[in-house]
Amino acid sequence: MLLITCPWCGPRDETEYHYGGQAHVPYPADPADLTDEQWAEYVFYRDNPKGPFAERWLHSIGCRRWFNVLRDTVTYRVLASYRPGEPRPELPQAGGNR
Amino acid sequence: MTAEPLPEHPDFLWRTPEPRASYDVVVVGAGGHGLATAYYLARNHGITNVAVLEKGWLAGGNMARNTTIIRSNYLWDQSAAIYEHALKLWERLPEELDYDFLFSQRGVLNLAHTLQDVREGVRRVGANRLNGVDAQWLEPDEVADVCPILNISPRTRYPVLGATFQPRAGIAKHDHVAWALARRADDMGVDLIQGCEVTGFLKDGDRVVGVETSRGRILAGRVGLAAAGHSSVLAQRAGFRLPVQSHPLQALVSELHEPVHPTVVMSNHVHVYVSQAHKGELVMGAGVDAYNGYGQRGSFHVIEQQMAAAVELFPVFARAHVLRTWGGIVDVTPDASPIIGTTPVENLYVNCGWGTGGFKATPAAGWTFAHTIATGEPHPLNAPFALERFATGALIDEHGAAAVAH
Repeated sequence: MLLITCPWCGPRDETEYHYGGQAHVPYPADPADLTDEQWAEYVFYRDNPKGPFAERWLHSIGCRRWFNVLRDTVTYRVLASYRPGEPRPELPQAGGNR
Repeated sequence: MTAEPLPEHPDFLWRTPEPRASYDVVVVGAGGHGLATAYYLARNHGITNVAVLEKGWLAGGNMARNTTIIRSNYLWDQSAAIYEHALKLWERLPEELDYDFLFSQRGVLNLAHTLQDVREGVRRVGANRLNGVDAQWLEPDEVADVCPILNISPRTRYPVLGATFQPRAGIAKHDHVAWALARRADDMGVDLIQGCEVTGFLKDGDRVVGVETSRGRILAGRVGLAAAGHSSVLAQRAGFRLPVQSHPLQALVSELHEPVHPTVVMSNHVHVYVSQAHKGELVMGAGVDAYNGYGQRGSFHVIEQQMAAAVELFPVFARAHVLRTWGGIVDVTPDASPIIGTTPVENLYVNCGWGTGGFKATPAAGWTFAHTIATGEPHPLNAPFALERFATGALIDEHGAAAVAH
């Protein structure tokens, strides 16, 4: 069970959250100009790194707000959590988010 | 039902050769799919100058970590065709490979717990029959005839309202399947090389000409990737992207019990799937964990939900003890269907994205992937499963018939 820190509510068990996939995926600036391949990239292709990954989580049974988490996909260690609009923290991040 | 004895373990099933400087074909990944690919490259296409490279040990990844269920009751024509091809191959492989890997056609029940489940199940039975796949719709009392230990009481939280039944479905002894394929591939000259991680790709322009490995450089005319959860890691090293996400999928077994469970039961709604292994363990699976991961372990709350569902469906399991839990890493695509075919890199082919359905497909994955590698063109069975479908929109959306949430 992951222990994830909601930026508003503090550390809570994984079961309070809903996973939202990769963070920082902007909607295309000029959607009408995209080719089919570029649409496929936007809709279906996401990073799948082995290591730190910036991803979105929803605190679905808490404050019901989306936020971002940096998590290592090998160790499952939560390295940082931060509010939408805030920049992705630089790694290495000493001490995690607690 | 009586417990079948396990086959004797032969002394030597394959050689342990040093990697040669070059091969006609290098297959990356010595799991079930990689071994089946090598076997069919040799058997169907006469290509025996082949190496299968494995970073760990043979069949030690997802092949050792699945719940061994084999079935072909998928909804769409393309899926039914490839999974039914697999099932027909399973039916003849023990004799063909001269190895009794305990393929047991004990049938599979896919339970319905809601009116929508019922409608989906009845529709899928119809679709299956049109595709020549054996399928029946069973009412609750008929479900109990097939699996008497199943609780069909209407007073449970999610009562059993019926089930689809595929009698030809079943289970097999996964390790023995891998060893059987490995032995025959080895017999025909294929080099199975363990402890050999692919760290990079040798390219001449847009064409792959070999691989960099932890045991040196190996030239190859063609390279096939069959690395399941690590496919996107390899694709990145080769310079292209795959629309897959890697997720932990966990399973568990109980201690040994007398034979009590005669079939395979899957429930997508309360989410557990259970069969009884030949030795007597109850083998149970759940859905994938929601998050991306490569750690080969899952979350405890998933086990908790899966056990709650199992005990409600099978009250007789309430006193069973969990003996062992484990996780595999499954590569999940947006439409829950695999990717088998060419890549943006010439002479580099990929077989991945099987999500939670890889084991049952092993022979057909090998058959079609070998064809694709040997000819440079997809087999009719895997043509619909090309990488291009994510740009054309011709998706094969099997989230329903995949039967495992992912």
